[in-house]
Amino acid sequence: MKLPFIVSSSVGRKFVMSLSGAFLVLFFSFHAVMNVVAIISADAYNWICAALGANWYAILGTLVIVGGVVLHILYGIWLTLQNRKARGTERYAVSKNPPGVAWSSRNMLVLGFVVLGGLAIHLVHFWSKMQLVELMGAHENSLGLSPQDGAALIAHTFTAWYNVVIYLVWFAALWLHLTHGMWSMFQSSGISNQTWLPRLKCISNVWTTAVVGMFALVIIVFFIKSLI
Amino acid sequence: MATDKLVSKVPAGPLENKWSAHKAAIKVVSPANKRKLDIIVIGTGLGGGAAAASLGELGYNVKVFCISDSPRRAHSIAAQGGINAAKNYQNDNDSVYRLFYDTIKGGDYRAREANVYRLAEVSNSIIDQCVAQGVPFAREYGGLLDNRSFGGAQVSRTFYARGQTGQQLLLGAYAALNRAVAKGSVKSYPRHEMLDVVVDGGEARGIIARNLVTGEIERFGAHAVVIASGGYGNVFFLSTNAMNSNGSAAFQCYRKGAMFANPCFTQIHPTCIPVHGDQQSKLTLMSESLRNDGRIWVPKKMEDVKAIRNGAKKASDIEEKDRDYYLERRYPAFGNLVPRDVASRAAKERCDAGFGVNETGLAVFLDFKTAIERLGVDVIRARYGNLFQMYEKITDVDPYKEPMMIYPAVHYTMGGIWVDYNLETTISGLYAIGEANFSDHGANRLGASALMQGLADGYFVLPYTIGDYLSKKIQAPKVATDSPAFDEAEKEIREKIAKLFAIKGKQTVDELHKKLGNIMWEDVGMARSKESLERAIVEIAKLRKEFWKDVYVPGENGEFNQEIEKALRLADFLELGELMARDGLNRNESCGGHFRVEYQTPEGEAMRDDDKFAYVSVWEYKGADEAPVLHKEVLEFEVAHPAQRNYKD
Amino acid sequence: MENKLMNLTLKIWRQKDAKSKGGFETYTVEGVSPDTSLLEMLDILNNKLIHEDSEPVAFDKGCRGPFAFDHDCREGICGMCSLFINGEAHGPDSEITTCQLHMRKFKDGDTITIEPWRSAAFPVIRDLVVERQAFDKILQAGGFVNVNTGGVPDANSIPIARDDAEESMDAAACIGCGACVATCKNGSAMLFVSARVSSLALLPQGRVEGARRAKAMVAKMDELGFGNCTNTQACQMECPKGISIAHIARLNREFLAAKFKD
Repeated sequence: MKLPFIVSSSVGRKFVMSLSGAFLVLFFSFHAVMNVVAIISADAYNWICAALGANWYAILGTLVIVGGVVLHILYGIWLTLQNRKARGTERYAVSKNPPGVAWSSRNMLVLGFVVLGGLAIHLVHFWSKMQLVELMGAHENSLGLSPQDGAALIAHTFTAWYNVVIYLVWFAALWLHLTHGMWSMFQSSGISNQTWLPRLKCISNVWTTAVVGMFALVIIVFFIKSLI
Repeated sequence: MATDKLVSKVPAGPLENKWSAHKAAIKVVSPANKRKLDIIVIGTGLGGGAAAASLGELGYNVKVFCISDSPRRAHSIAAQGGINAAKNYQNDNDSVYRLFYDTIKGGDYRAREANVYRLAEVSNSIIDQCVAQGVPFAREYGGLLDNRSFGGAQVSRTFYARGQTGQQLLLGAYAALNRAVAKGSVKSYPRHEMLDVVVDGGEARGIIARNLVTGEIERFGAHAVVIASGGYGNVFFLSTNAMNSNGSAAFQCYRKGAMFANPCFTQIHPTCIPVHGDQQSKLTLMSESLRNDGRIWVPKKMEDVKAIRNGAKKASDIEEKDRDYYLERRYPAFGNLVPRDVASRAAKERCDAGFGVNETGLAVFLDFKTAIERLGVDVIRARYGNLFQMYEKITDVDPYKEPMMIYPAVHYTMGGIWVDYNLETTISGLYAIGEANFSDHGANRLGASALMQGLADGYFVLPYTIGDYLSKKIQAPKVATDSPAFDEAEKEIREKIAKLFAIKGKQTVDELHKKLGNIMWEDVGMARSKESLERAIVEIAKLRKEFWKDVYVPGENGEFNQEIEKALRLADFLELGELMARDGLNRNESCGGHFRVEYQTPEGEAMRDDDKFAYVSVWEYKGADEAPVLHKEVLEFEVAHPAQRNYKD
Repeated sequence: MENKLMNLTLKIWRQKDAKSKGGFETYTVEGVSPDTSLLEMLDILNNKLIHEDSEPVAFDKGCRGPFAFDHDCREGICGMCSLFINGEAHGPDSEITTCQLHMRKFKDGDTITIEPWRSAAFPVIRDLVVERQAFDKILQAGGFVNVNTGGVPDANSIPIARDDAEESMDAAACIGCGACVATCKNGSAMLFVSARVSSLALLPQGRVEGARRAKAMVAKMDELGFGNCTNTQACQMECPKGISIAHIARLNREFLAAKFKD
């Protein structure tokens, strides 16, 4: 049987990585904007939370996101294993990182796992107390809050300083992963050239910084509020 | 002393009709029969690569051999400047005739007219072919091909791809070769070195080769063998040739009966980076194009020379009035743009007089000061930026501020295996193409003509002419490699290798090679005399004995062993060097790259002797330590009548 | 000009053949001029090792005799040299091959570690020598224009925009040395493959079979065990000819477009 090129070919596999990655970048961007709303208005934020509860489109969306994440992770592991094999058995005794090679670009799998770990914590903190609760048919989560009161949940989570630290580490990993990943997804799908390569790198840095900055802003604002 | 062996087979008729008449007259082989015929090609440069690809396309079974790990690494890749063709795209009244005339004149009237005319004739097809293969030649804004000028021509006919024309043309030929390999008609044998040609019944039947990875001695049979192994400039140890370039394949053919023509014709290129010390292994060429804007000089006063050598003064400290622009002084009409042989000799003359400007006293300045003042740094950078950068990487001197130091170095050998109009040697079924043969450049090659000849032979001449020979072989069975001729050849090789390992002397191959290089450079180099050549013959014979008594070859044959490779090549250089000296001694005239101090005008210019030496000197091997026998192919000039070259006014 | 001679310690990878296990040997070399090239320095060391080898030995002291290393043109164009020096392909300094690396880039007393290219597709066959026939095979899969000798149109019959010809030439400058693969943590040959695909795709002569070429060459590259590109850009940093990864983007584009058409 002839396998499709997204499985059999290295360029095809990278295309899957870049597509699933692109999808996650869009999701993160939406999520970041949504979070900022929580600073401005708790009611508005909760309205969004309600809209993304146990509705068919939200569930479908969640499933698609889960699918994208799983695909991205599986392909990432698969590619890394293949690449280790391609490297051969004998390693260099001395090896220098050439200047101009970003540290993140060589450690995408590690960064990916850090991001994944952060995601797990995040799901416990939020998703399990929101959409999951609704899916189970309950009207109150373990903290005694309404599953649609996201704003209260944020306020609750980020009163604890260690949660703030964990999330900031997570965001740092995300920033590193995305600054490389974003221009890389254009490169892997062939949407780049001599002129646009530096531009895409710049766009990736600005975009990622904005997205991660918004995430970080929200938790810092809520942490400070909790201190006051 | 013309012999029946030296039949040039130049067709009759007017010069411009010879090639077409010949093509019409020679036989062809049908596709069904081509499949049954085997051809061996030695070397994968422009000649060998193009030939193997074209023969494979035609349907012959081709086996192609190279000593590198890939056919793409042949030394044609290092050619910088460009390739000539008579396209007349610049509307400067260029023509096939003009290219033919410039080439024969540039060769100082020591080449065969019919061959040179054919070369000029097919030159245009080469450019078409290369463009079709995807060679990215330089283009004008309108999208059409650009040309530049080169020495020895009054028209712009040189096509180029930055400073890497040789590389791009070779990658074109290599791509065509890859296509034929994919098709199955060519089989490639990288890291294989031909050690002998097998001749049986007066015909070439195959080769003995050494697998350079395993050391195995292998036999390969074929209906015809093509030698495209390049030149033998490395006999001088230091040259612009690649480290592994060698004359062994050609020399084995000579030993088996193929005669060797004009061995003394060596081109010394004037603009190379000078030798920096005895640890050096290789000389680097700086493109001829630099002489368009660079001015060559040495100080007038000996005290300035000394001050520069001991670092008390820099070149830029020397005032204009104390500089000797010796080429402009001696050759007012051509100035710094005299041909290669003239420029090289003039540099040597100044350095011999004690005016050399580096520690070894063997360097002159190539100065861009005037050009930078006149045109500005930006223009100079646009024209020569990559060459300036290369110079700075190697020497650590910034040529925008201080002049370059240059000195002549061995670059190309015009001599080679004698071939007839069909490119066939004096052994039937054995062909020689490209730099390995002697045919088209006479006593001096013009810039940008080596690429032209290699590709002309490989793409457009040999694939036709070899058919004429092979048409007689269509009934012949596959060549069996278990014949006594193969046994004998392999035995000889094995004995030679065993002997080299058994010597266990005290000197390394490189040390002995340096000694040979010194003899060659001093006595068979840029300026030769009867005495120096006679001395060289004695010295080389002595060194050869020393080699066979005192060389040390480490390791064993059955392994990857670069020392045995070098030892085998040096053994041949030690004989080839003597042959060059003998040829130089015979040629009592100065022409092109061959300058005999006895034969010069009172002003120090070369003096050719057309009455006595308008012939190709062709040497026949007579056995080890036997003097070879000279044959002469008399050169007749029906169209281009010899005239003295004059660069003064 | 400062011309102090240098003494150096060299750690060189020695390996008898593809099947044997290799290891480092330490040597010293004295009196090296800063003007010599690294390869000339290795010549000096080898000459010394040959002399040592020619003397009778009282006891076996490991790897004797000269070591093998690939080199040829020594002017940065043949692509034969393949040394990984102090952790970098072709050593310190940018846009050079090993033969263009000069000893003035090192200091007296330095220790220099020299290793062969390391990649599954480039097996070591002796000491510092690797086999790079995989590159030939990739090009045989489609790195050419399907034209026979003769019977082609006039060279000027198809105008080509100067910028396209120049960009094609940028890619065509590849010397096939394998530094990109050697330096890539993924053992990927994408820069090499893309250089050929991109160079031909930019010219009308090569454009005709662009889709076919991209598919065939990528398939062969994968088959030979090269890794997947993850855009680290290490290849373009170590490429002696400064070939840009923008050509990899073009290869990706060519390949994906061809596959979507299938």
